Amino acid sequence: MSTVLEMKNITKKFPGVLANDNVCFSADSGEVHALLGENGAGKTTLMNILYGLYQPTSGEIYLKGRKVEITSPKVAIENGIGMVHQHFMLIPALSVVENVILGMRQRRGAFLAIDEAAAKVKDLSARYGLAVDPHRKVGDLSVGERQRVEIVKALYRGADLLILDEPTAVLTPQETDELFGVIRHLTAQGHTVIFISHKLNEVKAISDRVTVLRQGRAVTTVKTSRVSKEELARFMVGKEVLFDIEREPLEPGAPVLRLDQIEADNDLGLRALKNVSLEIRQREVLGIAGVDGNGQRELVEVICGLRKASRGTVWLGDIDVTNASPRRITELGTAHIPEDRQARGLVLTMTLKENLVLHDYYRPPFSRGHFLNWKEIRDHSRRLIREFDVRTPHEDLLAKNLSGGNQQKLILARELSSQPQLLVAMHPTRGLDVGAIEYVHRKIMEQRARGAAVLLVSTDLDEILSLSDRIAVIYEGEIMGILANHQVDIGEIGLMMAGVKKTAVA
Amino acid sequence: MGNEGLLNFIVSFLATDLRCATPILIAALGLVFIERSGVVNIGVEGTMLIGSLLGVVGSYMFGSVWWGVLTAVAATALIGALFAYFTVTLGADQVVTGTAINILGMGVTTTLNRLIFGLDKSIPPIDTFKVISIPVLSKIPVLGSVLFQQMLPVYVAFLLVPVAHVVLFRTPFGLTVRSVGEHPKAADTVGINVWKIRYATVIGGSCLAGLAGCYLSLGVLSFFIENMVAGRGFIALAAVIFGKYTPLGALLAALLFGAGEALQYRFQALGSGIPYQFMLMIPYVLTVAVLAGFVGKSTPPASSGVPYTKE
Repeated sequence: MSTVLEMKNITKKFPGVLANDNVCFSADSGEVHALLGENGAGKTTLMNILYGLYQPTSGEIYLKGRKVEITSPKVAIENGIGMVHQHFMLIPALSVVENVILGMRQRRGAFLAIDEAAAKVKDLSARYGLAVDPHRKVGDLSVGERQRVEIVKALYRGADLLILDEPTAVLTPQETDELFGVIRHLTAQGHTVIFISHKLNEVKAISDRVTVLRQGRAVTTVKTSRVSKEELARFMVGKEVLFDIEREPLEPGAPVLRLDQIEADNDLGLRALKNVSLEIRQREVLGIAGVDGNGQRELVEVICGLRKASRGTVWLGDIDVTNASPRRITELGTAHIPEDRQARGLVLTMTLKENLVLHDYYRPPFSRGHFLNWKEIRDHSRRLIREFDVRTPHEDLLAKNLSGGNQQKLILARELSSQPQLLVAMHPTRGLDVGAIEYVHRKIMEQRARGAAVLLVSTDLDEILSLSDRIAVIYEGEIMGILANHQVDIGEIGLMMAGVKKTAVA
Repeated sequence: MGNEGLLNFIVSFLATDLRCATPILIAALGLVFIERSGVVNIGVEGTMLIGSLLGVVGSYMFGSVWWGVLTAVAATALIGALFAYFTVTLGADQVVTGTAINILGMGVTTTLNRLIFGLDKSIPPIDTFKVISIPVLSKIPVLGSVLFQQMLPVYVAFLLVPVAHVVLFRTPFGLTVRSVGEHPKAADTVGINVWKIRYATVIGGSCLAGLAGCYLSLGVLSFFIENMVAGRGFIALAAVIFGKYTPLGALLAALLFGAGEALQYRFQALGSGIPYQFMLMIPYVLTVAVLAGFVGKSTPPASSGVPYTKE
């Protein structure tokens, strides 16, 4: 194998952040080279530099031994580099073939050569096992299909070095397997694949070599077959991590939340929840697994009073709270960790102490009559900041100035300090680093041990499996089945995530 | 009214409709490209107004209607470049900038008009568009006089519709424009210069607004009066939305709104006794009514109105 790519001593400074610090990275032809690291370790930045989206502060890039200046994606494409971004760069309103030829000189006379391009797309699909229909609108495609379009788009431009940025984040286990098949097809025909991920299992499964990034620095490059998952994890975080969270067996108590044949519409007025019935008891975590966008958001919003249910009943204990106001539901002991901490969890331009009393500001002791009791609010905030280990100089900082992990701790502090009987957590660890993830997981387990019922929505199957007592799989607004954790089979969950119903419901 | 009288009425109504639809259509075609590239240009009203005045000024100073057109288009190209500089390069709010262009257009045209032509002098004679009868075709009974006895801008407007359609949907440039309006970052990652495309559509579209403006002052009338565009720029914006951001849709919408104006003239001519102010309202009421019944049925480009910045 020959070296096709060498990135030497790449440094990238953003205002206040050193995203890449003297990173060296290389890739051989025909290999899958994984780029492993936590969120914020600098993986995407490094690849954005290679793809010409950023300019390095210093450092050099060599392609097949020749020094290149990649000043724009155009230059990268001309040099045979293709990138499939984590958030797809496709235009839903256009067809597959229009997306593929976008920005290319693909013309017949003055017009677009759609038919020729479509034929070429078909050729590529057949050659690499990438099933796509060139004339369909991208907006009508599934996530897996869109990803294939992205790969076709890169290959169409003659990419022989392909960067895949967190390609499995949005896929079902089956789609991931298909993607791995495609990657093997590609490398067999001499293409080089750089596979960005923070998932150890996948890196182990698909890559030939792996380079680990930590806090912007390349920690090591090793042959994947020569390292264990545990060693890779240690490289990633710089310390031992607990892989399996302690989930002590507990006897569930009385039912806390009960959904009875719930139906609800999404923002577009389409049916998003179909006949959803489920129950969570004290000292129990119910995990909702599924690919993003299958009704999880609507489910959480109906429970928290943020969305009207068009049919069915929501019971909190023996109180009917169907379509009750969020305040009433909160007052009845529901805590909510929303999916987007910046947009929905916090008011970013308000201080920490203001954020901490968003639920209770109108009640004593935080307000007296029509006036806020700032002294009480400050003391309360200081207590919570200490208790939940929010790293901040003081409680008057604006919430936007906290790191992601500390923002999530702030939300946990607000939501959990009232000792809720129901905790609804949606993507509670999305975008957090391993240390913060561990903290959040521990807190959720504490709530369970204290006696709360927990509804956990996550697209991260590992998270669902390690925290949940029972697992419900949601697909297109329907619960495909509920499994007890000890009888779970990953393949079966994968099938359910893709819409295959389980016959016997646990 | 006999059969012949009715026919005459319809013929002259259609001919008026075409003439009324023309400025709206020309401006709307430009706006289709501007909007499709992700820019909202409500400054089109002021841009048209500047085109109206500069058309008259050019014709007056250089003695030919063609110089008038050239002056108007050059001036509005500059206005377009100014709008693009603020909204595309500096990322300023497009609605605020558009409003500023409208106020600028009103102020500049009023001032220049008074400076150049004075307040009480009689209107000087200027060269204007002439009606061009297309040989043979204009002799077709009924339709011939409607379709083929018009001024040049009318022909240009209607010929531009298929041209705009083909450019938008069948050429690489059109694909680029649509992609930039839908998902500029995706366009950027395949090497398209988002800013360049938006400059191109804004300047090109503003030139068409200028042409639309000088058709009003060198075709419909033969001089400039203050605020003579009278909301047609906004009606063109409505036509683009009602026409679902397509050239063919804009054509139908422009004909509909043009019919509202034509109807207004007819009703006034009939002398029904209703105060004429109510008649004048017809085109605007029609626009509001059509849009109100249409809200939510026309999807703008996904990145409409959002400035593009890298990180």
